Amino acid sequence: MSAGTAKLNVTVAEVKPINDLVTRFKFVRTGGGDLPTFSGGAHTVVEMQDGGITRLNAYSLMSNPADRGAYTISVRRDDQGRGGSRFMHSQVKEGMEMVISNPVNLFSLDLRAKKHLMLAGGIGITPFMAQMHQLSMMDGNFELHYSVRTASLGTYAKELSERYPGKVHIYHDDQKEAIDLKTLLANQPLGTHVYVCGPKGMINWVHSTAGEMGWPREAVHSEEFLAPASGKPFEVKCAVSNKIVQVGEHQSLLEALEAAGIDAPYLCRGGACGQCETNVIGYDGKFLHYDHWLTDEQKAGGKHIMPCVSRFEGKTLVLDR
Amino acid sequence: MTIQFNDETFYGDFTFKNSDWAIKRFPFPFHEDSYMYSVNMEPHKSYRPGSVFERTFDVDEHYVSEMKDRARVLANDPLRCQSLPHMTLAGWDLVELIMEAKAAEYPDLFELHKDGNRWRWINKPLGIDDTFTFLDESTLPYGPMEYITRQTQGDFAVLDQRDDNLWMDAGMVTTQADWSLDFDIGMNFFEWHAPVPKAHEMGIFVRALKFLLNIQQGQPARRLNWTMTVNPLLDTSPENYHKWGVMKQGLTMENIGEKQHLRVELQTFFRLPRSNALVFPIRCYLISFNDLVKVPKWARRLHRVIRDLPEELATYKGFIDNRPLMVEWLSQFDDGTPTSDGIWPDDD
Ligand code: FES
Repeated sequence: MSAGTAKLNVTVAEVKPINDLVTRFKFVRTGGGDLPTFSGGAHTVVEMQDGGITRLNAYSLMSNPADRGAYTISVRRDDQGRGGSRFMHSQVKEGMEMVISNPVNLFSLDLRAKKHLMLAGGIGITPFMAQMHQLSMMDGNFELHYSVRTASLGTYAKELSERYPGKVHIYHDDQKEAIDLKTLLANQPLGTHVYVCGPKGMINWVHSTAGEMGWPREAVHSEEFLAPASGKPFEVKCAVSNKIVQVGEHQSLLEALEAAGIDAPYLCRGGACGQCETNVIGYDGKFLHYDHWLTDEQKAGGKHIMPCVSRFEGKTLVLDR
Repeated sequence: MTIQFNDETFYGDFTFKNSDWAIKRFPFPFHEDSYMYSVNMEPHKSYRPGSVFERTFDVDEHYVSEMKDRARVLANDPLRCQSLPHMTLAGWDLVELIMEAKAAEYPDLFELHKDGNRWRWINKPLGIDDTFTFLDESTLPYGPMEYITRQTQGDFAVLDQRDDNLWMDAGMVTTQADWSLDFDIGMNFFEWHAPVPKAHEMGIFVRALKFLLNIQQGQPARRLNWTMTVNPLLDTSPENYHKWGVMKQGLTMENIGEKQHLRVELQTFFRLPRSNALVFPIRCYLISFNDLVKVPKWARRLHRVIRDLPEELATYKGFIDNRPLMVEWLSQFDDGTPTSDGIWPDDD
């Protein structure tokens, strides 16, 4: 089957700055009508026509999953990034027509859980917002621990505390407040599932702490989309389509394949879903694997690459595309 | 109503029959003169007006009688329908998927009227007119999955997705080709396909699982599978093998045309939006050899496929003992002329 997911034509209904870094966008279906229902934790891939370049970034849906009238996402500006978030902040205006993907969920709730314990860092709050909507509709048992840099950068911290009194705990970095993870985990009822979304360090910390305390691996869930890394330009030969493709400094291998008109599958564009996995036919050089998908063994084996985030340095790389 | 519903049985006196319309649209599964096992997955899109691939959920002349047969099987064995507690939301997803699709695609047979969460569902062929509150189980006579699948042809496997695996945590299974929901419930993808005999087959399973995990909203998929059944039995469950296994004996040149049926499953695969679960509707179509040979291309091709099928496959599909008789009977209809590519009859 072809690349990506089914597409939706949408119109930007609202652009609202939330704080110095974060802006919220609301999409409705172009021409009216309902959008597909989704489940808490789902993301959509937003297509941006930025000059001659098509950028595709995945953003978590944060609105109420039961509300089919509109989708909302929040985008944190990353001035060091490759331009997707800057495009959203500077170019996207109310009334603009855009294309987004159908919702895809790589971070869904485990509905068997007796309690859902959510740990968010920074912009990692967004998937939890949809999940909390969903859980509160189903009378689900949940609790959020949300770590923010400062009160003014605490995106949605105030709203959430008001909306879910007693269930939301905010920690401010600048006041030296930190989640006491060990105590928190030690005091959870049997059947609790933990979810973490935030910076890499936080995700690793939660997995390792829970692991050390004997939590089953299946009861700890995380999501982190990686931004594609920049790096030295390189050249790829695509054996199936018989094309030579140049990958630019700030372009991902996946983007370069797409620009060359080669059908390349993806779902998350962030090294998490496995969908873009591509076989390597031959190479002379070294891989820069940045994904979460391949095992260390596979990474060392030189037979697979995840084009959405990973790169290559060297003379030749031949792919099965 | 546009469809004339048959009054027929799938047990006892076996009055099941296909009209000329049903024969012509039968999903014949062989696109060439030989058969090789493959995953043969394609997007589940509307294809060929009048075919079983046209609608999201095909409704045909067997609908009313199949639903009576399901009710009968459930009355004898309620365990054919099960749903673990965390799958209730997926059941509602299925209610919404089926009701919306049927109301849009068969407006003369089904109607859905929504007033917020207050829904009215009219199923004319079965004489149902119910009003209920979406997501409130207490307003339906059964759980949501059972309610809607008592009104929809085909078996349903509803799978939870977690830990990069699929779990058979709910289902309605009354027309199966020799497997059991009660046995498989709660198992994951590898467990319910176990024991996997060979390592390379393991590789196929890993690839199939990866494909299924990546089925997305708005992009359902489908494939055909097939086997053979003596008598038009929908319910060939392992629980009832003692009843139907013996029917495989006693086939003769005189009765095989009437008794032997090709059984084709149209398997579809949907991502469910609220629960992120997957549902696999498995719709079973039956055709007697007598009816099948009315299409000359199918008669010639089925003869060649069955004759040349590897022994393991004929054994696996459970008709190795009857194969010589099937081949002999079918050979009468094979004059050796070439067949055209594809599955459809030549006369159109
Ligand atoms: S697209 Fe998801 S891992 Fe590459």
